[in-house]
Amino acid sequence: MPVLIPTSLADAVTAAGATPDALLLAGGTDLMVEINERHRDLPWEHASVIALNRVPELGSWTIDPRARTLTLGAGVRWAEIEREPLRSSVPALAEAARTVGSPQIRAAGTVGGNLATCSPAGDGLPVLVAHDATVDLIDASGRRSLPIADFMLGVKHTALRPGELIESITVPLLEGAQGYSKVGVRNAMVIATASACVATDVPSRSVRIALGSVAPTVIRVPEAESLVAASADWSSRSLAAQVITSAGGLAADASRPIDDHRSSAAYRRHAVDVMVRRQLRRAFPGGET
Amino acid sequence: MSEFFTLHVNGHDHEIRDAWLGENLLYVLRERLGLKAAKGACEQGECGSCSVQVGGELVCACLVLAASAVDEPIVTVEGLGDVPTDVQTAFVETGAVQCGFCTPGLILAVHHLLEHDPAPTEIVIREELSGNVCRCTGYGRIIEAVQRVSVARAAAT
Repeated sequence: MPVLIPTSLADAVTAAGATPDALLLAGGTDLMVEINERHRDLPWEHASVIALNRVPELGSWTIDPRARTLTLGAGVRWAEIEREPLRSSVPALAEAARTVGSPQIRAAGTVGGNLATCSPAGDGLPVLVAHDATVDLIDASGRRSLPIADFMLGVKHTALRPGELIESITVPLLEGAQGYSKVGVRNAMVIATASACVATDVPSRSVRIALGSVAPTVIRVPEAESLVAASADWSSRSLAAQVITSAGGLAADASRPIDDHRSSAAYRRHAVDVMVRRQLRRAFPGGET
Repeated sequence: MSEFFTLHVNGHDHEIRDAWLGENLLYVLRERLGLKAAKGACEQGECGSCSVQVGGELVCACLVLAASAVDEPIVTVEGLGDVPTDVQTAFVETGAVQCGFCTPGLILAVHHLLEHDPAPTEIVIREELSGNVCRCTGYGRIIEAVQRVSVARAAAT
């Protein structure tokens, strides 16, 4: 039967290994659109689909308190990520989750699907990149983990091999303010014109700035990160106005946006500047020094 | 594809034969089972006109691969029964219709919302129905209908 519905991770891995050219179906919010519009041409006589929505291991998550990591099964849906208890663990990911589509989309769409689709506008991706998440992959020969930056290779292009599945995403838990901003033409049902995640980790005095929809894949802005980390007063959590302005400018300069039907490159650069400055003011609310 | 799969729709089992590989749940409901309440408009999950419950979750039927929806209860507007529900009645009484095409999806979305939050604030109502509102206005009356049901249910308990 061309639609396989494995009910365990082992069965899913076996199915993917036996039919490495099968389409992997997670929440369907991207793949089914392509199928409905026939953008994804299925060779009907031979193709197969592996539906991953009944694999319990993929739908669960765990927190390792000693390693201070959250491991999200690839099939965890946005509707779960946006709510407690996950919301408190990675608040910026919850904020990003809440901007995904609509309640209907969030009830179906998964974090693993977001990664596998690897759209420049994937809402969860800037947050995962800001956290230096790792992508845990599995196939019949075993497991491997890749830093997310090495997993995302280009527009809708990943390091996932034929026959391989995303098992989970491991997110180091940070201690400090973090947030996600997204610009689009309305609140619901919108693909990001530009997006930004700013996350801080107070113990390590680190700042992470990740941008979406302004390059083929999510980009970090290391110059702005180190400037802010070195300039901030971490005890009062304050930051000079001039540094905030510079960081926004550095983020805009680092962006490599395109003109398309959704926006102009110039507007995307402007939006990134505004979002980064706004997020920094929230992360360092102790008054601008 | 000569094999078949079984869907549990509105309390009944239906054998679906000879589906094509990418066939979505909306197509099965409308074209194979004759359940025309769920509407096909955008077929990309944007309009919410095809909202149905699958396994207790409100989803867009157009984005559900039909063959992957086996073993889960599926509920459409037809499954709400022959007598109008309180939500349907409230929509009629408040005039909460746009052109009407989106209404079946909205009815299910409102039932789903009130099952999970019996007394939603206006902002929650707006957010929870954000996957259904269309472009032809009338939102105020839709919100009024939700609030009317919420108040009536609270008074009845």
